[in-house]
Amino acid sequence: MDFKRKDLLGIEDLSKEELLYILDTTKSFREVLERPIKKVPTLRGRTVVNLFFEPSTRTRMSFELAEKRLNADVLNFSVSNSSVSKGETLLDTVKNILAMKVDCFVVRHSVPGTPHFLARSLPVSIINAGDGAHEHPTQALLDIYTMREKKGDVGNLKVTIIGDITHSRVARSNIWGLSKLKAEVRVCGPPTLIPPEIDRMRVKVYYSIEEAIEGVDIIMMLRIQKERQERGFLPSLSEYIELFSLTEERLKLAKEDVLVMHPGPVNRGIEMPARIADGKRSVILDQVTNGVAVRMAILYLLLSKKSEG
Amino acid sequence: MAKLMNEEEMKSSLWRLSHQIIERNKKMENIIIVGIHRRGVPLARRISRMVNEITGKGLPTGSVDITLYRDDLTRIAYHPVVRDTDIPFPIDDKKVILVDDVLYTGRTVRAAIDILLDFGRPLKVELVVLVDRGHRELPIHADYVGKNIPTSLKEMVEVKVKEIDGRDEVLIIRRE
Repeated sequence: MDFKRKDLLGIEDLSKEELLYILDTTKSFREVLERPIKKVPTLRGRTVVNLFFEPSTRTRMSFELAEKRLNADVLNFSVSNSSVSKGETLLDTVKNILAMKVDCFVVRHSVPGTPHFLARSLPVSIINAGDGAHEHPTQALLDIYTMREKKGDVGNLKVTIIGDITHSRVARSNIWGLSKLKAEVRVCGPPTLIPPEIDRMRVKVYYSIEEAIEGVDIIMMLRIQKERQERGFLPSLSEYIELFSLTEERLKLAKEDVLVMHPGPVNRGIEMPARIADGKRSVILDQVTNGVAVRMAILYLLLSKKSEG
Repeated sequence: MAKLMNEEEMKSSLWRLSHQIIERNKKMENIIIVGIHRRGVPLARRISRMVNEITGKGLPTGSVDITLYRDDLTRIAYHPVVRDTDIPFPIDDKKVILVDDVLYTGRTVRAAIDILLDFGRPLKVELVVLVDRGHRELPIHADYVGKNIPTSLKEMVEVKVKEIDGRDEVLIIRRE
């Protein structure tokens, strides 16, 4: 397969073949992370800018490490100490950085579609590192890679995603990816946190966590953002915990070899107790490791070939 | 297009290479064999099996993929498929025998050596090739050569192996 894209903006517009190609390529990069010298010369001379308009620790570090492991030069931009705070527009900011001759922007922004806008406006590669509640493609890729690594063909899996579906770009990207690979996808949460348009995606909606977990291979818990409670989406945090927290009892309803995933950071005691987060069913830290490999694969696929023009 | 080696000739060439490796390494200790993707990998496995048949000693066998170490990634317009690099044993202070099908510019071997050095510090690295077709662009030579074939730059040498292509043969093809 010839992967010809300039950008990675979302999972929605990837074909099944492209998705599988990225996951297969990731496998080779996963191996690089086990070497004594965890670095390859592939992107020597390329420059990648991490443009984060929203706070992020894990994703930014994971991208930065992936870039460094491929020998790219890395520039980190965060909004707090930039001229954006002096009123510069997004496009001006980016065009100024581009004038310094860089090859790729990794973009996180709270406004959905920001990476798409930049991809249309600029000749260099754009990678979406999370745009509002829209998509977080590299997170879904690392989640699906982890499922494949542990369970094989994703098409045979039952996956349940539990929590705040409405505001979750992780959920959206995963639903697109998993349904393209023909997994059975369930979503579960309080009705206020399930988007009304969910029927248009290939998922089953549950309002009871017990039913949602029954017989599944994968439980993906989403982070509850406590500020949502203040905006009235949750009557109370304790009610949420009562109804939607993953307990040992509830875990028993899933398949015996179920995997528990979480995009992090975990609110211990809210999404799940520490005993499950650190327990033998949890693959949360494998997800983090695989994240570096997935991002290396994406950077390789977008940047290694001859640039157009 | 002309056939340079058929199945029988390839087989006897590989047997001869295996014997030469044994001759040069009397004790056959501390040696590992590493094939270069793609066709060096099955050839390395075959040599490893042959050495085992002759000496009764199995050699650890691995593979390297040079894609991430290519020096022309910024010059080619497509993505080479990244294949597995699999060296599941320490190579520090070992003698590593690299195996490839054709030795041409030497750039592939340069990349393969760079990968090995990222895995450790081998005592020595040697190179086995089935065909040496000349036209080196780097100061690299093979220690064991199945067949020297003088070629012109307009020709291509293609090694076919059963494991990948369903048949064993070496062809020389004139590029139009």
